[in-house]
Amino acid sequence: MSQTQTFYDMIRRQGVTRRSFAKFCGLTAASLGLAPAYAQQISHALETRPRTPVVWMHGLECTCCTESFIRSAHPLVKDVVLSMLSLDYDDTIMAAAGHQAEEILQETLENHHGEYILAVEGNPPLNEDGMYCIDGGRPFVEKLQEMAEGAKAIIAWGSCASWGCVQAAKPNPTNATPIDRVIRGKPIIKVPGCPPIPEVMTAVVTYILTFDRLPELDRQGRPKMFYSQRIHDKCYRRPHFDAGQFVEQWDDENARKGYCLYKMGCRGPTTYNACSTIRWNEGVSFPIQSGHNCIGCSEDNFWDAGPFYERLQNINAFGVEANADKIGAATAGIVGGSIALHAALSAVKRARKSPAEDTKQKETENA
Amino acid sequence: MSTAHEVKTGTVKVYSAGIRAWHWINALAILVLAVTGFFIGAPPPSVPGEASDNFLFGYIRFVHFAAGYVITIGFFARAYMALIGNHHERAIFWPDFHKKEFWDGALHQLRWYAFLEKEPRKYVGHNPLSTIAMFFAYTLAMIVMILTGGAMYAEGAGMDSWQTFLFGWVESLVGDNTFFLHTIHHVGMYVILLFVMVHIYTAIREETMSRQTMISAMMTGDRTFRDDRED
Repeated sequence: MSQTQTFYDMIRRQGVTRRSFAKFCGLTAASLGLAPAYAQQISHALETRPRTPVVWMHGLECTCCTESFIRSAHPLVKDVVLSMLSLDYDDTIMAAAGHQAEEILQETLENHHGEYILAVEGNPPLNEDGMYCIDGGRPFVEKLQEMAEGAKAIIAWGSCASWGCVQAAKPNPTNATPIDRVIRGKPIIKVPGCPPIPEVMTAVVTYILTFDRLPELDRQGRPKMFYSQRIHDKCYRRPHFDAGQFVEQWDDENARKGYCLYKMGCRGPTTYNACSTIRWNEGVSFPIQSGHNCIGCSEDNFWDAGPFYERLQNINAFGVEANADKIGAATAGIVGGSIALHAALSAVKRARKSPAEDTKQKETENA
Repeated sequence: MSTAHEVKTGTVKVYSAGIRAWHWINALAILVLAVTGFFIGAPPPSVPGEASDNFLFGYIRFVHFAAGYVITIGFFARAYMALIGNHHERAIFWPDFHKKEFWDGALHQLRWYAFLEKEPRKYVGHNPLSTIAMFFAYTLAMIVMILTGGAMYAEGAGMDSWQTFLFGWVESLVGDNTFFLHTIHHVGMYVILLFVMVHIYTAIREETMSRQTMISAMMTGDRTFRDDRED
């Protein structure tokens, strides 16, 4: 495996014309939301910079991030995996297996120390010393920390690596932990989603490769270019929200008309992701467009913020499950009843004391 | 400032014009916020016609946000009044929790409400029990509402807005999922509504049964004591 090869060398050898290459750079710049001039920077980087080695590790997860990644259309994942990057290790799609695969991992750690990007899909469970996820004969958390130590930057793919996702939902029996809590002192870029949008994944990789730095991140460590707005902000059903037109039931006339899914529990207003702009499957659709509400899969703790089909979240206290309105109505009833009772008792007390007390009071006032 | 041993009698000035104006503006704002807020949580039935012809939910949200700004600015104005005002005006921000007589008074008031005392004590400002209620169910609840409300407003204003600069950190406080902000804000509304229920009831009850005027004090600023006896 020659590491000095550039992306440009690679695709030229594959028979891609200079013209197509320029087009690709232009498209990538556009998908990253960059000015046209950046296309030249991208092409310059791809022509001169050696391909960046990437190690892609899998912890406790469902591999939906990989499934998503291999469906990227702009840029095509074929280009990313085979040409732009040097994907040295990815246990899901690599040819090598067993000891051979482990060797590659060690080689990368030694030969490219401080240069490679560590992409992590899934998270390490920490209970029982990490025994719930054994990778290559030892706990995943150990392997992760070892590889993180030599990485230039770390990408947390998906909600598992970023937040914990379903395996970290209550009661979290394996103590699945997001990677930023077990890795210290390395820049971590979170690309949450279950899975993240393929184009977002490849664009993040392209950005890092092109500019040799992480994109601008928000407070929670997500790239601002894809996660600075809510699904709701760019949702094509937003006009129905502002107008006050909502789907009331899944099979009603309003659902057929494509009204806002807010009342059905849509998490669009609290979910930061690019689904409503980039969409899925080459921009074909996204959940809300196909008539289902957003469940907020790219948000922290989204599994515990259910039910998915209710506007109000369940609140668990003392083993009782209710929502804010039920709790509010119940306490308002109790307090209202108490007030009525108390008022009645007060009236009785006042009626009883009246004649005698009043004369007594007058006496004191006269005296 | 009156000492505790002085006999409270006649009519005394207790609430300044600013405090009274704040109180009634605040009451109105709470009413507006609760009604519009309830509709934001549980929207009214869908309006017919094209989306481009309607803006009902937009108006509801606008009124909510506008009233939210009013109550927030009012809160800071009230805090300023507490800073420069008299002891009674400061009470709901800075209760006398450290004084023994405060707790003694609160217990007495509680016993008065439980029909265990023949008559309540006289106070120029709030009685200790109401001060406790105000401090927790109004002042602290209001801070929670302003922070969660501000953080939710910041979401719409955008990541580079001053609202995010001011309130963005609240998101991380509730677990990096802003859906929890909605839940907290919703529960907060009920806390304040329960406070309002108790507040109005006790104000009316004490207007008729206590030894001092209540409602008229918040209207005119003057409190009249109904007898000349000691506390």
